[in-house]
Amino acid sequence: MSAILIVEQVLNGLQFGVMLFLMAAGLTLIFGVMGLINLAHGSLYMVGAFVAATVAAATGSFLLALVAAMGAAAMAGALIEMTVIRRLYHTDHLDQVLATFALILVFSEGTRWIFGSFPLYLARPEALAGSLTLPFGIEYPRYRLALIGAGLAVALGLWLLIAKTRIGIRIRAGENDREMIAALGVDIRTLYTFVFALGAALAGLAGALVGAIQSVQVGMGEPVLILAFVVIVIGGIGSIKGAFVGALVVGLTDTLGGIFLPELFKLFMEPASATQVGASLASMAIYLLMAAVLIWRPTGLYGARA
Amino acid sequence: MSREGYVNAALIAGLIGVPLWAHVAGEPFTITLATRAVIFALAAVGLNLALGLGGLVSLGHAVFFGIGGYAMGILAFHAQTYTPMFPDWLNIEGTKSMPVIWLVAVVSSALAALVIGLLSLRTSGVYFIMITLAFGQMFYYFAISWRAYGGEDGMSIYLRNSFPGLNTLDPIQFYGLCFVLLCAALWLTARIARAPFGLLLNAARQVPHRVETVGLDGQRAKLVAFVISGAITGLAGALFADLNRFVSPTMFSWHMSGEIMIFVILGGVARLFGPVAGAVLFVAMEHVLGDLWDHWHILLGLLLLGVVLFARGGVIGLLAGKARTHD
Repeated sequence: MSAILIVEQVLNGLQFGVMLFLMAAGLTLIFGVMGLINLAHGSLYMVGAFVAATVAAATGSFLLALVAAMGAAAMAGALIEMTVIRRLYHTDHLDQVLATFALILVFSEGTRWIFGSFPLYLARPEALAGSLTLPFGIEYPRYRLALIGAGLAVALGLWLLIAKTRIGIRIRAGENDREMIAALGVDIRTLYTFVFALGAALAGLAGALVGAIQSVQVGMGEPVLILAFVVIVIGGIGSIKGAFVGALVVGLTDTLGGIFLPELFKLFMEPASATQVGASLASMAIYLLMAAVLIWRPTGLYGARA
Repeated sequence: MSREGYVNAALIAGLIGVPLWAHVAGEPFTITLATRAVIFALAAVGLNLALGLGGLVSLGHAVFFGIGGYAMGILAFHAQTYTPMFPDWLNIEGTKSMPVIWLVAVVSSALAALVIGLLSLRTSGVYFIMITLAFGQMFYYFAISWRAYGGEDGMSIYLRNSFPGLNTLDPIQFYGLCFVLLCAALWLTARIARAPFGLLLNAARQVPHRVETVGLDGQRAKLVAFVISGAITGLAGALFADLNRFVSPTMFSWHMSGEIMIFVILGGVARLFGPVAGAVLFVAMEHVLGDLWDHWHILLGLLLLGVVLFARGGVIGLLAGKARTHD
């Protein structure tokens, strides 16, 4: 196995990780501020991808498609927050799970109704076509590098928003003591809608960005949603920093596990069964990692101590 | 008899009467639908034990459903191909006998529930939901990557497994078997709810601190409930595989977990017959609405939203009024 392959796989893992972060950040923010578990987050990812594919096909502009995807996901988010989610803040987790599962059914089937069952195609932008030669002669697709850059930029932007701005102060205050900030005259309902729409926009952005390297189809958000849950469990619920670290760990483990575990088993097994066992174990690697973190720290790496 | 008692009796009467009528009228498809409803109800009775009594919101019960299915699939596959299982170290033969398959399904799903329960019960609330969901996904991907047993395509079993003294190929006889198992599971649940163990579980859900203060181990009760719950759902999985004569990774998918939960909720959480009412309603809707409109899941979603937001007690709650509470 060459060093080039390893670097490529690490980059793939990073790319996967930052996209997971976009999903996980929204989920953890929504849980941290409103105490809500939102299964429909994957549907907002899907909405982003479908809107991006439609707009890109109509206008030919990828940038416009991204903006439209974020806008549409944010609007869909705000809409469901005001009609359904708002009624769930004071109910137990079971109701939240069921209501958001119901939203998934409506979103998935509704999308299938409108767009049909065939996957849509979202072209990568011209400017980011082809690959770039990195030091040591490593060829890597420009678009995937751009994804890593975009993910890191959003992470930085989110950190600045929450740490440095007035709205960030309100969000953090909302996490700590919602009665108090409501008493201080902050319109908590609008704040909640804003946070939900922000999370939705991030999910929509992730869907649009990933839509250009995978096919855009109904149900595409659900595997990502569950991985984002694993990320949050590992990082600790409510912690953006935890989501970032967890996302990179999960992205790298999943990508590298798929490559290295079969190789590892080839050292002491015959190749055919080594590939089989390795592939099976690789598909379970992140969940085993999650189990290990749970045994070691039940509230995640950066979670509040119970 | 209370109003809930009448509703329950009507349900049981329907589950006996409708398939018998279909048998006499020569409509095997209706019996198959009823079998599907009864098996789903059994799976949901399993979940209701953890969810209703123990307050454990498990979004991973498809794991046990799938393990039950694969227990049947693997045993029957080796029996129909005359190949031994695990030739290197165990070298045992497959089987087509239902009682053996059920035993294997129940034991293996109970073991899985023990391991998942031990890990997941270290946490609670929203963590518990996410972790059970994640473990479900782990089994799903594992089943997909396990090519020896069909991988993503699943595997077909050509002939339904046998039960001593019965002809399981006759729809009404197979239905009878499933119905008896459902009744047994309902009896067990009712028995548990009244037993000291059930009271402890109830208390551990409502006021965990008090349970701890009087020196009882609520966490252990929850774990035991989770294991029994998984075992019942596993049995349902084995029956479901036998009904379709087919197993595939979709039995492990998280949509399955969601659907099992929907059965419980549509019917009414923590009601003895809630899962039965929910499963019957679901299968009826699937059949009637599914025929009318391909996208009937939209209606299912809206109905579920309606139940969660406005009709908390589900079908049984609507028909029988509020549940008795022990405050």
